[in-house]
Amino acid sequence: MDLYEYQGKQFFASYDIPVSPGEAVTTVDDAVAAADRIGYPVVVKAQVQVGGRGKAGGIKLADDAASCREHAQNILGMDIKGHTVEILWIELASDIAEEYYASFTLDRAAKKHLGMLSAQGGVEIEAVAETDPDAIAKIHIDPVDGLTPEACREWVLAAKLNPDVTDGAVDILLKLYRAYVEGDADLVEINPLIVKPDGAVHALDAKVTLDTNALFRHPDYEQYDATQVRDEREEAAHEKGLQYVGLDGSVGIIANGAGLAMSTVDVVSQVGGSPANFLDIGGGANADVMAGALEVINNDEKVRSIFINIFGGITRGEEVANGIVQALSRVEISSPIVIRLDGTNADEGRAILAEHASDKLLSEPTMLEAARRAVALAAEGA
Amino acid sequence: MAIFVDENTKVVYQGLTGSQGRFYGLRNRDYGTQVVAGTNPKKAGEEVDGIPIFASVGDAVEATGADVSCIFIPAPGVKAAVMEAAEGGVKMIVVITEGVPAQDEALFYNDLKRNFPDVQLLGPNCPGIISPGKCNIGITAGEIAMGGGPVGIVSRSGTLTYQALHELTQKGIGQTTCVGIGGDPVPGTTFIDCLERFEADPDTKAVMMIGEIGGSAEEEAADFIKSSMTKPVSAYIAGVTAPPGKKMGHAGAIVSGGKGTASAKMDALRAAGAQVGQNPTEAGELMAGIVKDLGL
Repeated sequence: MDLYEYQGKQFFASYDIPVSPGEAVTTVDDAVAAADRIGYPVVVKAQVQVGGRGKAGGIKLADDAASCREHAQNILGMDIKGHTVEILWIELASDIAEEYYASFTLDRAAKKHLGMLSAQGGVEIEAVAETDPDAIAKIHIDPVDGLTPEACREWVLAAKLNPDVTDGAVDILLKLYRAYVEGDADLVEINPLIVKPDGAVHALDAKVTLDTNALFRHPDYEQYDATQVRDEREEAAHEKGLQYVGLDGSVGIIANGAGLAMSTVDVVSQVGGSPANFLDIGGGANADVMAGALEVINNDEKVRSIFINIFGGITRGEEVANGIVQALSRVEISSPIVIRLDGTNADEGRAILAEHASDKLLSEPTMLEAARRAVALAAEGA
Repeated sequence: MAIFVDENTKVVYQGLTGSQGRFYGLRNRDYGTQVVAGTNPKKAGEEVDGIPIFASVGDAVEATGADVSCIFIPAPGVKAAVMEAAEGGVKMIVVITEGVPAQDEALFYNDLKRNFPDVQLLGPNCPGIISPGKCNIGITAGEIAMGGGPVGIVSRSGTLTYQALHELTQKGIGQTTCVGIGGDPVPGTTFIDCLERFEADPDTKAVMMIGEIGGSAEEEAADFIKSSMTKPVSAYIAGVTAPPGKKMGHAGAIVSGGKGTASAKMDALRAAGAQVGQNPTEAGELMAGIVKDLGL
């Protein structure tokens, strides 16, 4: 789950990482009122979960109420790489002496945490990584040991920051690592990490991705979940606890497990069809989950046929079949359904489906045959 | 032969008294797996359909000689359960549970590596391991597998593990062992761990490998195939048509910045000499060709 900058800063502040005072607002009047409370100059910053805001004109300095109003008016509603700006973060402007980059994430190949620190901040770090990889100091951290103050100091020295700020950098990096681990983040990134003229080290931006698997440890993360941007279909699926990705085609796809769902998208594409979505009902999905998935797909106007591809492991065939039958009695499904069912209790499931077979409910023995059938039906229904 | 587990393997189930653990534990036993114990600190002394329940994995190992633990408990308890299993003295830990926080996975993976280097961790979020006709640990439906070799299977995706078994069994091609390594960010067992063992296993003559977009595990496997494998490999990478930047289900399955794409992974595998299919059925057909060419 990606956080907005203002949420990332709240998250940072809860781990004592210094951030600028500011307020999140959604209207021009509130922006000006917030700026009056904070005191000028302020920075008006678009809140979108995509990089390159500055270049797109989504970050502006305001010295007084008139310019704050003007910038807020311009930025609210702006489109930045397909994201509409609905929230502004009004923040006290900072004087900047130096700009650095710092982040922690998991290095999957090394199976350890990876810290990256660079004296070249405020720019796209991917570009630095390509043009001048030596400008990024990396540290691998064994989660058993954590980041020790000694290792952190060596890392900071290797990054060749201004030597005067070594202590300040070590302090903020240790706090950032703690936030990353204790906060169950997949990524924490500060770009730029600034040094003020007085030598204080400070997070001027915040990029945070939280691990949704750890929500049981962090009930307060509900507040972040509530502001996630999802389209209608994604929201409906999310409410039902389903993994959903919207695509542009006409064949609705329901499968169990991310791998099989991806593979189903592949096969539908390869036999000449176009998937309308990717919907994973997950492991152990019961009848209610299947019924819910069908409802989500049925509400998608682009869908002309539905391909349900189930290979039962922890998901049981008779549960899937019952779910489909229940869904058909609950909702008027507008598109024909093609089912391919194998695995745990598949025979029981197939028997249930056979009892309810019709021109709206078809079974095919293999993934390829079912894909071809679903694609042909989508073409007929188009 | 089989890799990791065979007919002599004795399994303790952490979570046998829960509904999922009971269903799959008993099903694994029906398959022929030696399910010798379950654990539950509150139900020690009881039994589940004749299988004794112990307070801890250590107690179960002492009483029954169990050498593998299979974890079927909810995600919040997995970190403690893995460490309990390692301290209890099993040689392999299979974690079926999905939704384990990445910080926990990274922690217990490294803790095991340092303090219990001989313990083989499989998963989390994996379907388990099956040596057909000998031992089935986890949630794979035993009836889709066929024993007798000659093909070993290793897969990062749960459901595609079954699909791979199904493709081969339908063609009358038996398997030595099928390992589902799981799609989480820090899998305990990697493609390379399995490829190494399949290469060393005299009964395994070829390997089918199922990967997916995201990360670099398939590229690393390709390097290993090129440098160290003499046995032929067929492969499929799920997510050939996945749109960049969208997270396709798992934490792992995302293509970002042009890295981790299916086509890059397929290219790496092809360059390493593997035969790569565009879908699981094609990968199965390629394997049928390999088996035929080997004269098996």
